[in-house]
Amino acid sequence: MSRTPAPYDDVAVCAPVTAPYVRFSPESAHWWAGKVLRQLAQDTGFGPADIDGFCFASFSAGPDTAVGLTQHLGLTPRWLDHLPTGGASGVMALRRAARAVQCGDAEIVVCLAADTNQIDSFRHSLANFSRFSQDAVYPYGFGGPNATFALITDAYMRAFGVTREDFGKLCVAQRANAMSNPLALQRRPLSLEAYLAARPIADPVHLFDCVMPCAGAEAFIVTTPEIAKARGLAAASVLATIERHNAFPEDPVQLRAGWAMDIDQFWASAGISPADVDSLQVYDDYPVIVAMQLADLGFCKQEDVADFIRSTSFAIDGDLPLNTNGGQLSAGQAGAAGGFQNMTEGLRQILRQPLGDQVPDAEISVVSGFGLVNYDRGICTGAAALRAMK
Amino acid sequence: MTERSPREKRDPLARKKARHVSPATRSRAMHAMSARAAQGRFVLQVCTDCDKATYPPRDACPYCWGELVWQDRPNGAEILCETVIRTSTDLYFRDHLPWRMGKVALDAGPVALVHLHQDLGVNDRAAVRLMLDRGGNAALFALPPTGEIDMTDPQLREFTVPVVGKTVLVSDASSAIGLAVVKALHDAGAGLIVAGMLPPERLTDQKHPILNLDGVQPVPLDIVDQVSLSEALSKVGGPLDIVINTARHVRGGGVSEQANIVEQRRAFDVSAIGFTRLAQACAPMLAGRSHGAFVDLISSDALAGATDNAAFAAAEAARLSLLQSFRHEMRAAGVRVLSVFTGPVEDEHHQPVPPPKVAPARLAAAIVDALHQGREQSCVGDVASDAMARWLSDPMLYAREKNL
Repeated sequence: MSRTPAPYDDVAVCAPVTAPYVRFSPESAHWWAGKVLRQLAQDTGFGPADIDGFCFASFSAGPDTAVGLTQHLGLTPRWLDHLPTGGASGVMALRRAARAVQCGDAEIVVCLAADTNQIDSFRHSLANFSRFSQDAVYPYGFGGPNATFALITDAYMRAFGVTREDFGKLCVAQRANAMSNPLALQRRPLSLEAYLAARPIADPVHLFDCVMPCAGAEAFIVTTPEIAKARGLAAASVLATIERHNAFPEDPVQLRAGWAMDIDQFWASAGISPADVDSLQVYDDYPVIVAMQLADLGFCKQEDVADFIRSTSFAIDGDLPLNTNGGQLSAGQAGAAGGFQNMTEGLRQILRQPLGDQVPDAEISVVSGFGLVNYDRGICTGAAALRAMK
Repeated sequence: MTERSPREKRDPLARKKARHVSPATRSRAMHAMSARAAQGRFVLQVCTDCDKATYPPRDACPYCWGELVWQDRPNGAEILCETVIRTSTDLYFRDHLPWRMGKVALDAGPVALVHLHQDLGVNDRAAVRLMLDRGGNAALFALPPTGEIDMTDPQLREFTVPVVGKTVLVSDASSAIGLAVVKALHDAGAGLIVAGMLPPERLTDQKHPILNLDGVQPVPLDIVDQVSLSEALSKVGGPLDIVINTARHVRGGGVSEQANIVEQRRAFDVSAIGFTRLAQACAPMLAGRSHGAFVDLISSDALAGATDNAAFAAAEAARLSLLQSFRHEMRAAGVRVLSVFTGPVEDEHHQPVPPPKVAPARLAAAIVDALHQGREQSCVGDVASDAMARWLSDPMLYAREKNL
């Protein structure tokens, strides 16, 4: 790293919005985008003419991209971005929008992810996901992401002595956090016994290690502190961000990911340490990735991850409040919106607008994204540290 | 001799089991890998600049952006991790769950996802074979590196064509090759071998020990004659799993010199038109089977012509062309179409040809082996292997040399 990134001066992040998820929806991604924009307008008073920047992420908007969405939704932005990075798209949208606002290319940027989930659309989107998947993954049992992460989980458990009970603790904690979130699709209590007794999907991945695909949308606004204040919107500043793609290609199995390359610079730029974090919202397609982030983001050493999980409480009022809305494992995975819900939840906790229970005295959130299994591992990673503005 | 299991009986009113094939969409680079896998080779892309091997197939070297070429590489590997897939949204794999797969570190460099043989686990050494799946595309299958491989592994069976207990039609069993094939199939445990006997009936055939083996049923058959073909197939009287097309009409002669137009027409009738008739009639029968296969015995003269056997070579070239199209058609049904190339055979048709010649028994063994290995293309004997190698490296030069 030759240059230190400039701080994010005069940037405010605000207005986290969630369109309530449903398991299946006959509507389109465009419909879901419209729904969350309508909600955003109600919360903020912004209309189509106010928005001069638009960043969009979706898997199911085809054949349209962000371009088609502008005309579809009546936007006339002077700054436009489309992110194909799925689970990392929330952090990436924030990074890009923040620089656009900071440099004056746009003033009010809506970052939005929307995906529908029609009956059987999961199978179709899976079948056309990537070239490497078509050539070298699907022909081997067509287990989808379950199989890919089963292999990573198997290797991770062997390498670091992490057990199913440890993963179970993470899933059970997230389910407990979800119970106060009225929008979570799965709110029934989950015991460790039930977690362990669940049916195997792709060994060692079992039912409660898997997210439930669903339809939904998420959005937030990046603007200037002045505009946020003028509109009476509670806002957060951006302390630091990182992003990395295709890290450690020489690793035979993904036991660490892109965060590990840039994490020292992340904490240095943010001017805080992991101990200062009040709420941690990490990408959770499978608990192994949650565990991986705990280590790669610097909350524990890689070799100590099992002990760290065993000795830490991840409840909303615990040592390290983790995925406080229940994460995707309990709230549901709405496609690319799954890469945004960690951002909206992280914002909500420090803006004191939680969907469910409030993390006591929350001021700093760290949000972490992980996306796109192109072949045998997730390619895109990113993280952001946010602090509530006084 | 193993005791033959009774033939499968089917309720004619029962709904037939729908057959699916594994997912078939592939990149152009992957098709290039499959084309080499069809020859039984283990290949990887290697960079012409930095010499590093890469996988999955790419269009540029990820280390230096150099050009990639396909090369044979060592197939040893170590197993890194494994899983048992228990749910899938794909119709083919749903029929075959649970499915074991894993990740290996290849000795050649890259890591790869593989199908995992039941006798292998994490940290084991493996020999990775490049095999064709039911959709006809190359896939890596990790097998035990030494000792006898248990071919009853249910996943491995999906990549091969079991012979035991199966019903097989041999299109021309009256030739030396055909008789050897019937014998080899019998020895391999085939359930019923329908042996096509080219008319006119010969008294000696009735007493031939091979044709009187248990489970061998001679029927009159000339694949050139549609009526004969229909009657023969009606005598199969049940499911048909495998067809082995041994029919050929070998005669010498050139094009303008020593040409015999009657022989030439018969050669085309057998190799080309007969092939089409046989393929048309058998395709629907094979498509309903769990491990349907069509094996075609073909002359290596099909590749580039032959001055002394011009008509035969031309007919075999037509057969090769039809075979390629038929293979593509049958991929959608999961039926394997295998070609077995041979040079001159030690039989009555090659009396004037000096050695090396392929013994019929060796040819028959190669056909059974191609089935057991699921190998799409085989070359038996030095002449066919040499012809294929020269044709692959420089087809124009080979055609010129072959017709000097």
